[in-house]
Amino acid sequence: MSCAATLAAAQVASPQAPSTFADPVLEARVLAIAEELRCLVCQNETIAASHADLAVDLRKQIRTKLTQGQSQAQILDFMAERYGDFVLYRPRWKASTVMLWAGPFALLLVAFTALAMNIRRRRQSVVKTELTPAEIERARRLLDGTAAASSATRTPPTP
Amino acid sequence: MKRYLLPLLVFLVLVGFFAVGLNLNPREVPSALIGKPVPAFSLPRLDDASQKFAAEDMKGKVWVINVWASWCAPCRQEHPLVNEMVKLGGAPVVGLNYKDKPENARAWLTELGNPFVANVSDIEGLVGIEFGVYGVPETFVIDQAGVIRLKHIGPLTPEALRDKILPMLKTLGGTLGGTPSA
Repeated sequence: MSCAATLAAAQVASPQAPSTFADPVLEARVLAIAEELRCLVCQNETIAASHADLAVDLRKQIRTKLTQGQSQAQILDFMAERYGDFVLYRPRWKASTVMLWAGPFALLLVAFTALAMNIRRRRQSVVKTELTPAEIERARRLLDGTAAASSATRTPPTP
Repeated sequence: MKRYLLPLLVFLVLVGFFAVGLNLNPREVPSALIGKPVPAFSLPRLDDASQKFAAEDMKGKVWVINVWASWCAPCRQEHPLVNEMVKLGGAPVVGLNYKDKPENARAWLTELGNPFVANVSDIEGLVGIEFGVYGVPETFVIDQAGVIRLKHIGPLTPEALRDKILPMLKTLGGTLGGTPSA
């Protein structure tokens, strides 16, 4: 109805109405940066993927800033200054994120160390244990007893 | 005895982390602008597009920005509380009409009442981006030095007014009964 008319009017009135496919190189750069940013409305999507109004607006901002010659780092800074570090998919290296980045490796190190110590301790304890002469004798009798019983009638081994 | 305690201890530590983490709301992204100067903006007034209103016009006063739009249902819900905030908080409230059609916005105000000291039209939403707005409504409290002191995400609630916004306005020393003549 009136939508088509206004759309046609807009296309005539705004000569630039930049087609998103006019410059594929620029678009590729926009998407590359947009994929580093979290959409705060649909929080599991990147700004590249999200259909939210805010994502559309921010992609426009990225495109504008790229045409102005800003770098990826500057654009990401711009976003983080206004929306906070949460908007960046790759958290910055800061005092508050050191645990996040290094934590898994630190935990892995702790786990391996504990495992190594455990193995070493167990190996030492195995070496230390020896049978006493009485236990050796008992073991021999048990083994002889079962050997004899398996060939003849089943008699319990004499302790 | 010690060996049985260790897994229990680890478990309790995990429970602690989960207890805190699961009670947090991921939709409430803390504002990166708290403690930073209010973004300098100058936008056409909603009531008269030929006139501009700038953040600078409120310098030296404690004031509040309420981001709203006529297409936003929660904004309609919070409107009585905006009135409350104006009445009890004593600070002027400026409306940032976000990504809206001025005619619709004016009609909305006529229908619901206009407690705002001024409204500005942010049709493209560019000023909203400067404020880190990611949803409507949002409310910001700004002190006399022009520094953002508080951001409330989502519609105002009686608890938010009572526990956060009104105390902040009181601390900052907004005058009671409307804008000072200075």
